[in-house]
Amino acid sequence: MERTLRVLVAKPGLDGHDRGAKVVARALRDAGMEVIYTGLRQTPEMVAEAALQEDVDAVGVSILSGAHLALVPRIVALLRANGQENVKVFVGGIIPEQDIPTLLDAGVFAVYGPGTSTEKIVEDIRRAVTGEAAAPAV
Amino acid sequence: MTASPSPLAQAVLAGDRLALARLLTQVENQTRAGQDALDALFARTGRAHLVGITGAPGTGKSSLTNQLARALRQQSNGSSPHRVGVIAVDPSSPFTGGALLGDRVRMRDLAGDPGIFVRSMASRGALGGLARATAAMAQVLDAAGYDMILIETVGAGQSEVDIARLAHTTVVVEAPGLGDDIQAIKAGILEIADILVVNKADHPGAENAERALRAMLEMAAAHWAGHHGAQSVPEMPAADRESGWQVPVYQTVATQGQGSAEVCAAILRHAAYLRESGLWRERETYRLRSELNAALQAALVQHWRSRVPDALYEQTVDALVERSLSPSQAVRRLVEPEIL
Repeated sequence: MERTLRVLVAKPGLDGHDRGAKVVARALRDAGMEVIYTGLRQTPEMVAEAALQEDVDAVGVSILSGAHLALVPRIVALLRANGQENVKVFVGGIIPEQDIPTLLDAGVFAVYGPGTSTEKIVEDIRRAVTGEAAAPAV
Repeated sequence: MTASPSPLAQAVLAGDRLALARLLTQVENQTRAGQDALDALFARTGRAHLVGITGAPGTGKSSLTNQLARALRQQSNGSSPHRVGVIAVDPSSPFTGGALLGDRVRMRDLAGDPGIFVRSMASRGALGGLARATAAMAQVLDAAGYDMILIETVGAGQSEVDIARLAHTTVVVEAPGLGDDIQAIKAGILEIADILVVNKADHPGAENAERALRAMLEMAAAHWAGHHGAQSVPEMPAADRESGWQVPVYQTVATQGQGSAEVCAAILRHAAYLRESGLWRERETYRLRSELNAALQAALVQHWRSRVPDALYEQTVDALVERSLSPSQAVRRLVEPEIL
């Protein structure tokens, strides 16, 4: 049987718009994944702690506040510092085009703007996670 | 039989939280590595107090669990503060197998405390309010030194009572406005309560809900008094019902922390009561016996199935469909040659 993927969907920062996060969470659920939803106003430390305790395969970060350049690299760094080098991170929200390379450099595997199809997100996550599952990881 | 060496178990015992998280995954997925680690850790289990939190969807189980974990961290187990593990179960979709695990939304207060470990789990098709691996995951947290383990069930209706078989103490959470339902559910879930909570007590109807619960408890007390020695709930030790524990009823407003200290104190009092009365050991015996029986059944079925030719098995199923064999005749045909 195929392993059930576990994905944390997190909403760091101060904006209170979590509709996008919920739509993605629901789509991942419908694709057979187990989605841990953290709710609003998480600090990067809270996101990393939840990702560790839940031993997730991927973390989705939804940000509409414009604070992505501050929050996302911090989350990735905390995940890595905790030993979760293999956890794949993706970002959704309102992200200006010119900031995307910075986020990708920080270790994010994809950045999704408004209008992205949820099928694409599901497919990308599956490929990102299982692509490395062949490598020796505990 | 000696347990296989398990590096994962060693790391968990050394306090490695990532190893603990990974072992929980292995155990949840029922892998060989997970089983080896459980074997290695089993001797270190049996110290934790397992507390079930159950009730209908939307009564505030997660918020109450959040408050109870906080309150327990303020208490000590004699020398050091309690270490609190939380296992929160939410349902899996019967269609896709996916799940949305949202209990952490109400548990944000628990972040940043190294004495708390919160893990969400999907029910993965199990119907009793827990997942198949919940008991094993509680054992892992127990071995890792979490001495209070709060287990939040899926939103439960009438018959999701597996938690009472697993937990030492079961807290059943009600809310005002479910009054019409109280009659309907009192045959099932309310019976397993060691502690009853009317949450959302700031909503109208809290007094009515508490009164209805107290009336139910009085009727139950009269009922049990008239059934001395009877094992009235199948498979559950009846001794609890006839012993000295009076099920307390509390009103709480979990979102504000109101009343949670009282519920926390009652949980600790219930543990002391179980230990003093000998019921703690009785419940452990009962639970381990149930687990052994379930494991034996699974092992025997697997062993048997590997020895019965597929063709014979399929012929027998066909014979059942054609009504040329009854189910009990089919069993005799398939099993007895094995045993004889």
